[in-house]
Amino acid sequence: MILIGERINGMFTDVKKAIAEKDKQVVGELAKKQTEAGATYLDVNVGTAAADQEGTMQWLVETIQETCTTPLCLDSQKPGVIAAGLKVINAKGGVILNSTPLNKKTDEEIMDKYIEMAEQAGPKASIIALTMDKNGVPQDIDTRVAIAAEIVQKAMEKGFGTQRLFIDTIVLPVKVPNAQVQPGNSLAAMDQIIYLADPAPHMTIGLSNLSQGAMERSLINRIFLAMAASHGLDSAIVDVLDEKLMNVVATAEMLMNKQIYSDSFLKVYTTVNKP
Amino acid sequence: MAVPEIAESFTSSVNRVTIGATKDSGGTRTSTVTVGGARNVVYGGSIEETSGKPVIAMDVLDSRPKDWPDALAEAYKDVFDSPGDWAKKCVEEFGAELICLKFEGIHPDKKDLDASHAVKVTEEVLKAVGVPLVLWGCGNDEKDNQVMPKVSEAAKGENCLIGTVTEDNYKSLTAIALADGHNLITEAPLDINIAKQVNILASDMGFSLERIVTFQATGALGYGIEYAYSIQERQRLAALGGDKMMAMPAICDVGYESWRAKEAKLVDAPGWGTAGDRGPMWETTTAICLLQAGVDIIRMRHPRAAATVKNFINQLWQ
Repeated sequence: MILIGERINGMFTDVKKAIAEKDKQVVGELAKKQTEAGATYLDVNVGTAAADQEGTMQWLVETIQETCTTPLCLDSQKPGVIAAGLKVINAKGGVILNSTPLNKKTDEEIMDKYIEMAEQAGPKASIIALTMDKNGVPQDIDTRVAIAAEIVQKAMEKGFGTQRLFIDTIVLPVKVPNAQVQPGNSLAAMDQIIYLADPAPHMTIGLSNLSQGAMERSLINRIFLAMAASHGLDSAIVDVLDEKLMNVVATAEMLMNKQIYSDSFLKVYTTVNKP
Repeated sequence: MAVPEIAESFTSSVNRVTIGATKDSGGTRTSTVTVGGARNVVYGGSIEETSGKPVIAMDVLDSRPKDWPDALAEAYKDVFDSPGDWAKKCVEEFGAELICLKFEGIHPDKKDLDASHAVKVTEEVLKAVGVPLVLWGCGNDEKDNQVMPKVSEAAKGENCLIGTVTEDNYKSLTAIALADGHNLITEAPLDINIAKQVNILASDMGFSLERIVTFQATGALGYGIEYAYSIQERQRLAALGGDKMMAMPAICDVGYESWRAKEAKLVDAPGWGTAGDRGPMWETTTAICLLQAGVDIIRMRHPRAAATVKNFINQLWQ
């Protein structure tokens, strides 16, 4: 599974503080720890606190790349912030641009911009596209699938290979009133999205969002991850430092015959999962 | 309608392993052999993605075999009592690039020969030929643990390929191969899960994954070639898919396995053709089948079979 480590995000207080104080050590340490824990990519999100988002994105990218060569996942809804990160990144091992909706009221062409930026960043650059459009996040299964189909079509028209496309079916916090039906809807949408192209686009989710504000967060996250893996999810933005969660990923992949069983399958997962 | 492009691409590749050390690298070999490196399945993808040429390792036994059928024994009967001459014949007459020295005579149920015999034979063969060696135990854990460390030591610095280690018996030989600078063969009983586990165990002892060659033993199991083929193929797909614990080149024991089959060795079989042709054909077919599954080193016995397979390799791996 393509695991995107979520920890370098300005929403976390330690990262927020590190950004404010330009403390490279905290960021470097998180990059190293997540890499060792098995992250395929490291998510980089400046959060909301920094006044200069573009400058902060560049500082984070440079700081991380001083420590490790793990590919990055530049996380911002603003194309300008992503573009700033791309200016200083070494994308040789790949990069993911995270993320764009199909379109927005204020910017009909936003997905095109992300595809163009990815094309310029190199052949290993991918994008995450959310199954939402100018009307917001769909509440039902069919609209999710319809938007995903439009995303795939747009990528194909632009000659952007579906192997470079990650579709995020969006999981909402399960604790939000009336949102309890949504995790199931996301799974049902995945069942159809997997057939939209051959090779199928990758499917990803921002897992931790699911348990926002709830009790037993880790348990909720890992059970849903196992469920989603069986519906075709092959990537997720997760807390790779959660060992129990990583064991679930290893076990799910083994049970799905994506990793060959061995008696030491848990121990070696982070080694064997690295491309 | 245009034929669709169906070439599959993979994210990873099979490790490259070099066997043998020349004078510059601290050994006495006059040539080395490098196998592995495939980035796609056999016949899949572009020419750049194919592996290095697969190699035939011709079998030399440490002592005169008792049970070889005439059709096979014929080629070697003048050298059976001298492993050095035997190896020389394989290299000079049959063009072997690699010799597999099999210590069958040390097995307690066979001749129960001791370590000093094995060391003597190793030295004799090292002296007789300049090609790299594969050093292969008898399969009895206790006896191999007694003898093979001595064999390893006798070939120290020659960068041989030594084996085999199994899930239940890997510590002594792995440690000694590490100390003497050899490559290692990890064995599994035609079982992909155990194959992976043995690699993990050897790697836990500090043995580099880049110096391991895997071996799926078919002996005594009675499975057919289709089962062996499937296992080899699945192992290869795992390697290409990025499983580092499965990314090793593979070795197969075609000579021994083929000549155990009644189809190869039975003399009195009207309608099956002459035994003199049938045996080599059986061995050739088995080898070619496994080459297509991606096997990198093939142990072979009959010179005619080896020549045919070598010709096949030379034509397909440019």
